[in-house]
Amino acid sequence: MKIAVCVKEVPDAGPLRKIDPDTKRIDRSGDRSLNTYDLNAIEEALRLNEAGGGGEVVLVSLGPDRALESLRKGLAMGADRAVLISDDAAVGSDLVATSLALAEAIKRESPDLVLFGQAAGDSDGAVLWAAVADRLRLPVISQISELEVAGGNVTAKRQTEFGYDRIQAPLPAVLAVSDSLNEPRYPSLKGIMGAKKKPQDVVSLADIGVPADRAGQAGSRTTVTALSPPPSRGDTQKIEDDGSAAQKVLDYLVERKLV
Amino acid sequence: MSTLVFLEHHGSGIQKAALGVLSKAASLDSDTSAVIIGSGVSGLAHEAAKYGAARVFVADDASLAAPLPQARVDIIANLVRAHGFQNVLFGASVLASDIAGGLSARLDAGLNWDLTDLEGSAGALVGKRSALGDTVLVDVGWTSEPRLGLIRSGSFEPAERPAAGAVENVAIALEDFSSKAQMVEQANEAQTGPSIEEADILVAGGRGLGTPEAFSELEGLAAALGGAVASTRAVVDSGWYPYQTQVGQTGKTVSPKLYIACGISGAIQHKVGMQSSQVIVSINKDPHAAIFDFSDLAVVGDLHDIVPKLTALVQERKG
Repeated sequence: MKIAVCVKEVPDAGPLRKIDPDTKRIDRSGDRSLNTYDLNAIEEALRLNEAGGGGEVVLVSLGPDRALESLRKGLAMGADRAVLISDDAAVGSDLVATSLALAEAIKRESPDLVLFGQAAGDSDGAVLWAAVADRLRLPVISQISELEVAGGNVTAKRQTEFGYDRIQAPLPAVLAVSDSLNEPRYPSLKGIMGAKKKPQDVVSLADIGVPADRAGQAGSRTTVTALSPPPSRGDTQKIEDDGSAAQKVLDYLVERKLV
Repeated sequence: MSTLVFLEHHGSGIQKAALGVLSKAASLDSDTSAVIIGSGVSGLAHEAAKYGAARVFVADDASLAAPLPQARVDIIANLVRAHGFQNVLFGASVLASDIAGGLSARLDAGLNWDLTDLEGSAGALVGKRSALGDTVLVDVGWTSEPRLGLIRSGSFEPAERPAAGAVENVAIALEDFSSKAQMVEQANEAQTGPSIEEADILVAGGRGLGTPEAFSELEGLAAALGGAVASTRAVVDSGWYPYQTQVGQTGKTVSPKLYIACGISGAIQHKVGMQSSQVIVSINKDPHAAIFDFSDLAVVGDLHDIVPKLTALVQERKG
């Protein structure tokens, strides 16, 4: 099967992440890496092809040129090649603009499956697959905790607020997988060495037929208008266990009349 | 303004989160309508009137029985085009998120998610959400209509505000790709035992427990404290503990007096289900675990050592 996996480079998690007060966008100047949840989607794509007679795994991403560095982790895991949409006019794309650019890039690939991870670690977004599926006019299944492809159909177990559904759709289809679906492999040394040599296409908006006014800020429909600190929960009291932690927890609970 | 609120239902009732969004929307905009989509749902329309819907659009058809998003995108998109709604709001859920995402592409309409509050006047709407792991609060807006918004579960309590609730039946016209995904088996988890939503004290376990057997340690502590055991999606999906105990985005939202998180990293999907607990105590080996950022007491250590000791101490104290 040909499987497209949509991935994203995100700022590393941790206390240093911040929003630029001028642009009101996430400050992406620090260390960056591939969105952790995307690793589960890459892993699942690799496993599907390993189990089902081969095929191709193509990473598709929107981001600056330097995002190729993060995409190489997916190539080192075993993906065959990467397509990065990189264009100054695409900076600041929201859901409307991002879904259009990704859909147009995916159309050129005509994959049998399009996979997404369960959320973006930076924006906490968990809707992009639905928008891309609508633009591609393909069926979509999200929150997948089990997945099987057979006879031209995908059957997936979806977790909702009410338990597990089982949903079937014909290929091609767009799927969003949960991080509990698999344990992403670590790239082997050979994989890491080989990743640089794998095909990495950097394409512009013009290359994929997206007008500049439908990308970036011009093509976006949402804005951030103000920033403020959140209400504090109060300070966190931190203890390192030296053998007395259980007693300290008990004292803490007794003090608050919880025991 | 004119606002449309999607009312998700399960079985014979409308979801509380959706009714909360409806009553909030109606408080900001007297021209608020609701839409109910499913099979055999006409009887739910009066509920919408009770919580502030001036009009209730009902799409009732056997083909809409399964709670799948794409046919619902078709119906809501047609309503927006026909009636020119300026705002379309959803109580966040797996289904609602997928509908809102699809609708955003279909209508080229801006979508803001994870909203915890809404302010509106004179045709403008401002959404409030937290970002970057709740380290910053942001005001978000829309640059065109319709404005789409997903509201975080539990943000608005349903408040009764009786309205006309004039029912209009909606003609059903679906896109060719919208019915390709088919429900093979629909979830309907039966509730067994006491609900974790009612417990004053919850002892929760995540993947950091290491093995399913380790839940017995948590059960011991929960029993000593007079509480119940809760879990995360990771352990439920792995089959370690039942779905009914799952806290988080696709599980339950809880606000006990005490939440003891054991071996839980604190991903946003879990956090949204337990962050309103009064006191949060977390035990984790990893000193950088995200859960420590929103804990009142953070314990860096081995839960397999601390939990049994704490259980014994609690039992001793209670005699």
